[in-house]
Amino acid sequence: MEITLPQAVFLFLAAVISVFSILTVTTKRILRSATYLLFVLFATAGIYFELNYSFLGAVQLTVYAGGIIVLYVFSILLTSSDSQKVDKIKNSKFFAGIIAAIGGATLCIFITLTHTFPVSHFVTGEIRQKVIGTALMGSEKYQYLLPFEAISILLLTCIIGGILIARKR
Amino acid sequence: MEHYLVISTIMFFAGIYGFITRRNMLAVLISIELILNSVDINFVAFNRFLFPGQLEGFFFTLFAIGISACETAIAIAIIINIYRNIRNIQVKNLNELKEDSVNNAGKE
Amino acid sequence: MEYTLLIFLFPMLTFLLLGLIGIKLRPVVAGCIGTVSLSIITLLAYITATQYFSSPRVNGVFAKIIPIRFEWLKFTDSLQIDLGILLDPISVMMLVVITTVSLMVHIYSLGYMKGERGFQRYYAFLSLFTFSMLGLVVAPNIFQMYIFWELVGVSSYLLIGFYYTKPTAIAASKKAFIVTRFADLGFLLGILLLSYFTHTFNFEMLTSGDASIFASTAGSTFLGASVMSWALALIFIGGAGKSAMFPLHIWLPDAMEGPTPVSALIHAATMVVAGVFLVARLFPLYVIAAPEVLTGIAYTGAFTSLYAAVVACVQTDIKRVLAFSTISQIGFMMVALGVSGMEGHEGLGYMASMFHLFTHAMFKALLFLCAGAIIHAIGNNEMNCMGGLRKYMPFTHLTFLVACLAISGIPPFSGFFSKDEILAAVFAFSPWLGIFMSFVAALTAFYMFRLYYRIFWGTPAHFVHTPHEAPKTMTIPLVILAAITCVAGFIPFGHFVSSNGLPYTIRLDMTIAISSVIVALIAIGIATLFYKSKCDIPERLINMYPRFHQSAFHRFYIDELYLFITKRILFNYVSRPIAWFDRNIIDGTMNGIAHLTQRLSYVIRGFQSGQIQQYAFIFLLGTLLIVLLVMFI
Repeated sequence: MEITLPQAVFLFLAAVISVFSILTVTTKRILRSATYLLFVLFATAGIYFELNYSFLGAVQLTVYAGGIIVLYVFSILLTSSDSQKVDKIKNSKFFAGIIAAIGGATLCIFITLTHTFPVSHFVTGEIRQKVIGTALMGSEKYQYLLPFEAISILLLTCIIGGILIARKR
Repeated sequence: MEHYLVISTIMFFAGIYGFITRRNMLAVLISIELILNSVDINFVAFNRFLFPGQLEGFFFTLFAIGISACETAIAIAIIINIYRNIRNIQVKNLNELKEDSVNNAGKE
Repeated sequence: MEYTLLIFLFPMLTFLLLGLIGIKLRPVVAGCIGTVSLSIITLLAYITATQYFSSPRVNGVFAKIIPIRFEWLKFTDSLQIDLGILLDPISVMMLVVITTVSLMVHIYSLGYMKGERGFQRYYAFLSLFTFSMLGLVVAPNIFQMYIFWELVGVSSYLLIGFYYTKPTAIAASKKAFIVTRFADLGFLLGILLLSYFTHTFNFEMLTSGDASIFASTAGSTFLGASVMSWALALIFIGGAGKSAMFPLHIWLPDAMEGPTPVSALIHAATMVVAGVFLVARLFPLYVIAAPEVLTGIAYTGAFTSLYAAVVACVQTDIKRVLAFSTISQIGFMMVALGVSGMEGHEGLGYMASMFHLFTHAMFKALLFLCAGAIIHAIGNNEMNCMGGLRKYMPFTHLTFLVACLAISGIPPFSGFFSKDEILAAVFAFSPWLGIFMSFVAALTAFYMFRLYYRIFWGTPAHFVHTPHEAPKTMTIPLVILAAITCVAGFIPFGHFVSSNGLPYTIRLDMTIAISSVIVALIAIGIATLFYKSKCDIPERLINMYPRFHQSAFHRFYIDELYLFITKRILFNYVSRPIAWFDRNIIDGTMNGIAHLTQRLSYVIRGFQSGQIQQYAFIFLLGTLLIVLLVMFI
């Protein structure tokens, strides 16, 4: 069986994502959970790169892997207690979670694999940065100036809100 | 293309499992991140394979990453506040609304 | 004749007035209000009677007048329940009787009940009773009669249980009410049967002598008797309960727990004759449709009168003796009705029964009121504590003697005339029955004079305090009633009341008259011998037949039989399982539903737990289910 390089890369990334996402949610220690999340995010960025969305991959790495994980690690360290007793998960919750996850996963995979999608064609090649830039800053149809401004206001709000909520009294 | 969707499905339901099962609030938030990421992969795959000439999926994902960053920040701020008040962040301690201050006015 | 409505309005208003605000009035005022109200209606009743009986006859009979009719419930054109007043010979006669005796009792009670607790309540209930009894006798249809029948039962219950702190009184009132209620079940069934087949409640139509109204019952039989026989027999059962016929007589001796004037009014003169009145009212229907029931009535009455007379001979409580005497005399009235036919000489029984009702009311009320005076003087009811009272209570003595002579059938007192007519009617029907009833008449004379001698003659017993004559308010009614007893015999009763309405002149059948007087005198002689002065024959007789004496004293254990049936059989095998069923299954179901609801609500409460993860799980589950639904259906 011939496995081309893209396929091999994709398989590796897929394996990483699957394994580490499951590990994230099943590990008992929360710092490890954050670390596994980091790996998942790296692999996701890898997928973006593989799909030739370099800009997106870079943004993912910067914002997610760089910013958010650091945030998580800080807050975990801030709020963790040394004598964190890890008591067993309540049975009802465990079964609820398993049923929901496995049931839903089966259903969705079933739907995905049996559905006939329109013919897919992969256009190779990067998207040019110029295109992305004009689309982001343009104000015509299919261009995203308004969301850009909105998200900047949102970010401002978040900063202010976060400070207000968490400030020392 | 279906392979990408399968991966994102696995990630999505891992996040669901974590959301329902975990006790620590931060772990719940981490699970939410997993969910959001899986959705991003979905959008990108659709964009790349089914709509090659357009960029909606790309930009949606872009903005989704930005918004999730904001939301994470606020959530962590709230969690820190909760930690200050009840000294732990177990989900099972958060099942009541604000105490009835009218009836308890006499107690204080 | 619309003023007859006032005859009902006054007692009802008096009842309401005394019932609601009587407690705030002084007792004397309440008593006077009751008495005045009753005197007014007595006057009105006499006026009604005068006017009615002096109006010209139609077709030889007095017309049935309906001055007031108020349509109440209409089922079909002919089947409707009206409330109204029907005046015909027997109802007018009953109006006179009831109001007279009630007035006497009202006046008497002013003295007898003086100082009693609940004096105003007493007068309120007396008015209620008078109202109900009056409504009963003038009912134009059988349903109104039933309504007032029940009302009379309620008043009787209230009055018997007047001393409600005495357990025996309460038990007696309950017994009276329950027994008569039970009989009224038969009455109701009879009414329903009758009205279903004849399509009417109306007395005028039922007693018109027209056989076509029950033509629809022709051919339908049940257990060998026709529908009409069943209906009329059931109606008689209702009457038998109220009139204390055997075996439904058990309540009447116990009803003596009530105050003596109450016994005089209700249980001697008026309520207990309601059954007789009922049969008399429906008499034409009985004759045409169910003559065999009439024969049954006759034999029931005969047996009852013998039974009661025998038991009365050995009782020592004076009120019980009088109670059994009442039962016996009502038996006479029933016999007279039972042997009666419709026309002319055959209808003698009907007239005799009504005549005896009239005279009996007077002298029995007199007897009870005298007994009340005696009890008032002595302090208790037992014969053994009395003796030689004639020196202390002259008025009571004389009036009591008059009443005893009347009840024994000695001329010229009223009882002779009425009883003689009854005997004549019975002899015409069957000589054996005539001899039987004559024997009972002899027993009547015997035990009444036994009572008389034991109270008024003999050596004076040891009295707690010297007995004194009753006050004027009590002796005046005695004198009035005695006067009526003396003259009532001479009323040409057949002129007013007879079976078919045509005037009937009373003839005195010399054979029967003389023989009955002789028999009565012999019985009085025996009683004089036994009881006037010290004589040991009674004790020797008792010692010869001790068991018979004991069982007669205990009224032949009929009460015990009833108690056995109800307590052992009904309570244990019927009531207990039903009570268990009600408590455990029906209540259990209700409690179970409530319990289930509570448990369920606990479960449902869990839905709002506040746990976000639980919410998320449910949410996801719901979404998955919807997806499944959409996909596969």
